[in-house]
Amino acid sequence: MTQTTKSPKGALFIKGLVLTIGALLLFAPFLFQDTRSLEVAARICIFIVLVASYDLLIGYTGIVSFAHIMFFGFGAYGAAIALKEMGPGWDAVLLGAAGGLVVSIVVAIAVGLLSLRVKAIFFAMITLATASVALVLASQLSGFTGGEDGITYKAPDLFKTANKLMVDADGKVARLFGVKLNGKLAAYYFVFSTCLVLFILCLRMVASPLGTVLKAIRENEARAEAIGYRVVAYRTFVFCIAAVTASLAGSIYAVWLKYTGPDTALSFSIMIDILLMVVIGGMGTMYGAVIGAVLLVIAQYYLRDLMGVASEALHGVPFLPELFEPDRWLLWLGIIFILLVYFFPKGIAGTLWDKGARS
Amino acid sequence: MRASASEPALVTENLTIRFGGHVAVNAVSCAFNPGELTVIVGPNGAGKTTYFNLISGQLPASEGRVLKGGEDITRLAPSARARRGIGRAFQLTNLFPALTVLENIRLAVQARSGHGWRFFSPVSRFASLTEEAEHYLEETKLSAKAHMTAAALPHGDQRKLEVALLMAMEPDIYMFDEPTAGMSLDHTPDVLELIAKLKQDKSKTILLVEHKMSVVRALADRIIVLHNGELLADGPPDEVMQSQVVREVYLGSSGEDAA
Repeated sequence: MTQTTKSPKGALFIKGLVLTIGALLLFAPFLFQDTRSLEVAARICIFIVLVASYDLLIGYTGIVSFAHIMFFGFGAYGAAIALKEMGPGWDAVLLGAAGGLVVSIVVAIAVGLLSLRVKAIFFAMITLATASVALVLASQLSGFTGGEDGITYKAPDLFKTANKLMVDADGKVARLFGVKLNGKLAAYYFVFSTCLVLFILCLRMVASPLGTVLKAIRENEARAEAIGYRVVAYRTFVFCIAAVTASLAGSIYAVWLKYTGPDTALSFSIMIDILLMVVIGGMGTMYGAVIGAVLLVIAQYYLRDLMGVASEALHGVPFLPELFEPDRWLLWLGIIFILLVYFFPKGIAGTLWDKGARS
Repeated sequence: MRASASEPALVTENLTIRFGGHVAVNAVSCAFNPGELTVIVGPNGAGKTTYFNLISGQLPASEGRVLKGGEDITRLAPSARARRGIGRAFQLTNLFPALTVLENIRLAVQARSGHGWRFFSPVSRFASLTEEAEHYLEETKLSAKAHMTAAALPHGDQRKLEVALLMAMEPDIYMFDEPTAGMSLDHTPDVLELIAKLKQDKSKTILLVEHKMSVVRALADRIIVLHNGELLADGPPDEVMQSQVVREVYLGSSGEDAA
């Protein structure tokens, strides 16, 4: 082991992979020119931020929380309700996001101070209970939240599909490499750039002195306390930071989707997705968030199609077409997860990171 | 209790902790002075580590007080006591295993200098933190292993890292709980040398729990004996080692009525 911190090959590969994904997302509207792909790209951006902020908790500090989706929901519902009540304007977006943010911070501080002193398992249960309450409230307060149906609203004018960012000589919407320069494109870049900023903030945080303290708390809580760190204060702080990030991601998603309901912003199935993404990507790596989010979102959108193709191709072979029947996609998704966890016990980024390192 | 011209650095008054009906530390009153290395001895289960835990805050006192430089710190959290200059090392190796040796030390440096809350700039911006950490690695001869994880170190080096961690906190009061436990004999001198070096600074107060008599003889200015949670003897090494009471305790005969 030398004094210089030379990156092992595995680490270089992961960094390269993440940069490539970043570049693909940056040029996504030009590379994949259909609505569904753009939907997938935007969803990936949002989930990268959501998973990265969750990694701050579970991977870096060792806090298991099931309330992460609730903070996402606060942000989403904040923006949604404001856009619905005030009409589609930037003031509504800002006010709604700020409202969601305030609620998130207050709830995070309350939950954190009341329960981060207790054992990890109790804390996890408390977050589960809190998130369940939020979910029930969202579906019961239907006058306010739209109940199970959720809320549909308009995004600011800039993001309307009919909005022309540039016009050509005939007054039609201008095209760049065949892509219409319309509001949808603006909306995508709004999502991309805000998510990029949030992800970079998460990256900076784990590389800071505070990041080392968080890892120390994960590694040995009692020792961290004994050398002078107030563990409860640090835990509550990172819980708030993660909540704030998730809340902002929720607001951004609400603006993109122009719809917010329990299924898009509060349901526990999303919480499970986040958990899977962080585990598959690699806990405590931050880059794992990118890899996990990309894999899972793409699998959710395209595995069915792929299986349809496979099933067609195997037509005539006994049994196999049945096995690859598109409706069985969840079975295959499950098998893929099990294999990934088996072969990458520390997640993809976590396992590959140390490959090629010499000690 | 020995009288000293200077103000005692640390005082325990009537310090007691009960676990249910069991009194683990029973009304121990003692003052520790700057420039003095006190070795705490006693049979297994005498309450030595528990006494340490009461001083550094890992356990709450049932009764009595702990005073540091005259300030009552009995109700403070361990982190608050650490920031007031109480440095505690543990009996079992107690490090941050997945972090590198350098990171372990830097954590102690940055806790003391109050940089723990800096969350926006990368660690590399705080060159002084790393420089200070490297200084302590040199002191403890761990520089060559700075980038190994603490878990990958041999046991002897882990004990040295434990000492380095404590030194990096720059406490007024050092508390070592069997620093040579589980070490092979040829590694023991390294750690003892480090403690002997700390002793040269006359402003520091050192408390040491130790079983090995060779260590006790080499380092102790004063010995206190705990038995069944009570303070049994207190004085200069020769005096305490000669005392009848202590001999009885160590030879296994009943010391109950001696207290």
